[in-house]
Amino acid sequence: MTGQAFRNADGGGIDRTKPLTFTFDGKSYQGHCGDTLASALLANGVRLVGRSFKYHRPRGIFGAGVEEPNALVQLRQGARTEPNIPATRIELYDGLVATSQNRWPSLKFDIGAINAVLHKLFPAGFYYKTFMWPAKLWPMYEHFIRHIAGMGKTPTEPDPDDYAHRFAHCDVLVCGGGPAGLATALVAGRSGARVVLCDENDTFGGALRSQPQTIDSRPAMDWVRDTATELGRLENVTVLNRTTATAYYDHNMVVLDERVADHKIAPENHEPRHRLWQVRAQEVVLTTGAIERPLIFAGNDRPGVMLASAAQTYANQFGVRAGERTVVFTNNSSAYAAAVDLQAAGIEIQAIIDARNEPPAGDLTRAKDAGIGVLTGHAVVAALGNHAVNSVTVMALNEDGADVTGEPHDILCDLVAVSGGWSPSVHLFSQSRGKLRYDDDLTAFVPDRSFQRERSAGAANGSFDLSECLSEGFTAGAKAASQAGFEAAAMAAPTCGTEPELRPRALWAVPLPDFLHGKRFLDLQNDVTADDVGLAYREGYRSVEHLKRYTTLGMGTDQGRTSNVNGLALMAGRRCEAIPAVGTTTFRQPFTPIPMGAIAGADSHDHVSPTRLSPLYQWHKDHGAPFTTAGYWMRAQAYPQGGETLEEAYLREAKHVREKVGIVDVSTLGKIDLQGKDAAEFLNRVYINGFAKLAVGKCRYGVMLRDDGIVFDDGTVTRIAEHRFLITTTTLHAGAVMTHLEYLAQVEWPELDVRMISVTDDWTGIALAGPRARAVLECVTEGDVSDVALPFMGFQETHIAGAAARLYRISFSGEQAYEINMAPGHALAVWEALLEAGAADDIIPYGSEAMNILRIEKGHVVGGELNGRTTAADLGFGKMMSSQKPFVGHVLAGREGLNGEGRQQLVGLIPVNGRSRIPRGAQIIADTGAKTPIPRLGEVTSQCMSPNLGHPIGLGILANGRARIGDTLQAHSPLTKQSVAVTVTDPIFIDPAGERLRG
Amino acid sequence: MLEIKCPWCGPRAQTEFSYAGDATLTRPSLDTATETEWYEHVYLRGNPRGPHDELWHHAAGCRRFVKVRRDVTTHEIIATAGPHEHLGGGGK
Repeated sequence: MTGQAFRNADGGGIDRTKPLTFTFDGKSYQGHCGDTLASALLANGVRLVGRSFKYHRPRGIFGAGVEEPNALVQLRQGARTEPNIPATRIELYDGLVATSQNRWPSLKFDIGAINAVLHKLFPAGFYYKTFMWPAKLWPMYEHFIRHIAGMGKTPTEPDPDDYAHRFAHCDVLVCGGGPAGLATALVAGRSGARVVLCDENDTFGGALRSQPQTIDSRPAMDWVRDTATELGRLENVTVLNRTTATAYYDHNMVVLDERVADHKIAPENHEPRHRLWQVRAQEVVLTTGAIERPLIFAGNDRPGVMLASAAQTYANQFGVRAGERTVVFTNNSSAYAAAVDLQAAGIEIQAIIDARNEPPAGDLTRAKDAGIGVLTGHAVVAALGNHAVNSVTVMALNEDGADVTGEPHDILCDLVAVSGGWSPSVHLFSQSRGKLRYDDDLTAFVPDRSFQRERSAGAANGSFDLSECLSEGFTAGAKAASQAGFEAAAMAAPTCGTEPELRPRALWAVPLPDFLHGKRFLDLQNDVTADDVGLAYREGYRSVEHLKRYTTLGMGTDQGRTSNVNGLALMAGRRCEAIPAVGTTTFRQPFTPIPMGAIAGADSHDHVSPTRLSPLYQWHKDHGAPFTTAGYWMRAQAYPQGGETLEEAYLREAKHVREKVGIVDVSTLGKIDLQGKDAAEFLNRVYINGFAKLAVGKCRYGVMLRDDGIVFDDGTVTRIAEHRFLITTTTLHAGAVMTHLEYLAQVEWPELDVRMISVTDDWTGIALAGPRARAVLECVTEGDVSDVALPFMGFQETHIAGAAARLYRISFSGEQAYEINMAPGHALAVWEALLEAGAADDIIPYGSEAMNILRIEKGHVVGGELNGRTTAADLGFGKMMSSQKPFVGHVLAGREGLNGEGRQQLVGLIPVNGRSRIPRGAQIIADTGAKTPIPRLGEVTSQCMSPNLGHPIGLGILANGRARIGDTLQAHSPLTKQSVAVTVTDPIFIDPAGERLRG
Repeated sequence: MLEIKCPWCGPRAQTEFSYAGDATLTRPSLDTATETEWYEHVYLRGNPRGPHDELWHHAAGCRRFVKVRRDVTTHEIIATAGPHEHLGGGGK
């Protein structure tokens, strides 16, 4: 395909028969199946891909994988757009759209680049120093900073894709599918252990994909394919590609982020975009490989400066020349293989600049055989160029590497392949709380002591030789399988070609000669330079954790994968301490960013929390009811008729019920079936009032306290049989009451013979209320429901409209009322039968709003009054508290502070003018004109318009409230700027004697 | 995320459980304990380092309360048992 000027005619793992078209910054390009966005851009000669975070310097592609700090792009458009995605991690697909970030108006001409000219104004800690004062201007500063500093743009439309979660258990989890990981999985898999093997890439092989080696005299990738094929056939092995092990938590739980459809233009066939795995493994083997480090010199951020292993990857895996002429700058032996491969790919090698004075003879022979010149004991001190590197300046290093000497010479090149040594990927190991050890020979941190049941193998363990990787993998797989209870057969490591040891020379930053200016970048993503470490040191930020926060070294999406070790080594140098003494910053989860959608999984939109529906839900819906939530429940608010507003509807309903009759769905009330020969004793201890003498077939209202003496919940208790009770709870506290009772029965009073189960969903509840309630009831039952047979607080098991039902004569509305419970399957039939039978008595359905009005008129307490601060006495239940028996909370309810003067007590409130609604949530004060702070006397807990009284009413808790009945106070709401004069009254507005409900 | 061995259900994920307090406390007698004893029981808690006995409620499982000896510095779960059973392992 023409146009790909930097693509070789052959070589690499791409499919040249499958061209793919994509656009970058609006321009169309072609790549091939098997490319990443980064390799395809390089193949097309696109080297400038972004602007840096702080100085807006031109930036190119620096790595080839997860380590990439620079080439962050905005991927896709519209609702699927994602910011800050490394181009090196994007598998190319046809139609891919990406744009560069952090530049305006264009990538080549960026206004923000003025920051680079003004760099003296933007030292480390710039924001802390500049925007401290005056504090009130911070919102303005923030607006400005956000505008110029933002990286990509977050989508503004809802995410159209699905995400899934999966929980899995396995015996051996292998994180990383390079040679060590494959070897581990093979041994463990053959033992019969349940193995999960994951790798972040589309194909397995790890470094072998881009570093050709041999196993048993065959290409190593043959062995990789054979092994992956065998693992794929084993039923006990789950093989996951495109899956990053990204977070290691307690008890060997590892989170895997599987990118199911990120390599497609859109997910297909209802597949999720990502699947987040939570894998609980008996044993974990970390074969996560290693990441190459850069070398730090002036201008080392220019496009064209690239990790040597990345340039090698582009050449070997993608058939792409990352440049035409390269200088290889290294402090270790691995770059020699890279140089030879780059040369084989057709890149002219100007020289290998080796910081070591005496590289191993093998390296020099290798270079000589390839005809590559080596300059030992030298360093690149600067890379020159603007939008791309065009030459480097090289000087000799002195003995201790602290200075450069001699004549500088310039070498023309458009690619600088750098290798500053290798850091094992110890992120997961550290997340698992394993302890690291600094290895002087490798100049890197390696795993030392494990904390959880895990082990590391291969490059992640500091072993870079292929045969060593394989043998460590075989050993780790066998040990992990045997720890998990399986017998693993020993496997001999195959014969591999050998690669030289790394033997790096520690060179954390190339000294900057006096005659040169330029920034030496440590952290490319956050624009942190070597000099910033010195600044942090001078200003006292000397711990690595302070260094990180002060300079932002190691923050961002790459979390300093290429910068951390150099940064802390430079700080160690400043502090004149050894690197281990300085330590590392904490490695935190996740290793790679996880999309918010993947974290949410299916728990989005309506599925954020469960929705509980009454069996009558559809009827309510069909009859036009709007719904409100009560906990997880959806409750019908009212049934507007012929153009009524919601308020008109519920006011009508509330009036109608007191005048005639209505039915309401009360299925949401918590219901607990309690059994056992000590059930009555149990209730006696739980409620403030007595239950031992409650007769079979009778209901009683009860209040329970918490241990601290505050009211917990209320409800009714019905004695179904001698040793069987039914408890109702408030809708909102149903779960908490159940747990409370279970705790007492199981943990504190195991000697009591009592068992309980929630039956909330087993009984649908309908309340029938109003002066004509009995008349309607008589039409639908053959049982005797006369006042004698079923008096107030009576109970019957009967049949209603042919359905087996429990009938309770209890009243929340204060009217003659019955609560009917039946199996959910019969609920609709009973509901409709009641409406039909009641037609003659003008029955209506009413909703939760009217029910609330009726209970406020009657002074019944609910959540606003049971607010976790009120005592039984505050709410007027003082006389219910038994003195004949101990009950939960009785001791602390007697505390001085919970009794006597000043307690806030339940009262009724009526507007003085007889028409103003009492503001919701208002504070009760004596005088709105008083000097602030105005003493707060109480608060409004419930309020409504009372259609039966013809004026608004409210309930409140008020200091010394019962003594203030008759007083005029102010219900004041600063929130709504309303103030209403109210008269304090008794909380029971209608029928205080209770004649209606006994009627 | 912890993995807690429920004596009735076996090892289950922490998400199935709710923490239910300090298992080393003895609840004061309902009828004879003083206000001070109740006050201390309700409000005062130690914060010991190392192994500690606590109660977990298998709320999204069998709904039994489980006594768990957990090292609060390492999250290691040393032993689990029913609320009135003896826990193995060291510490308290």
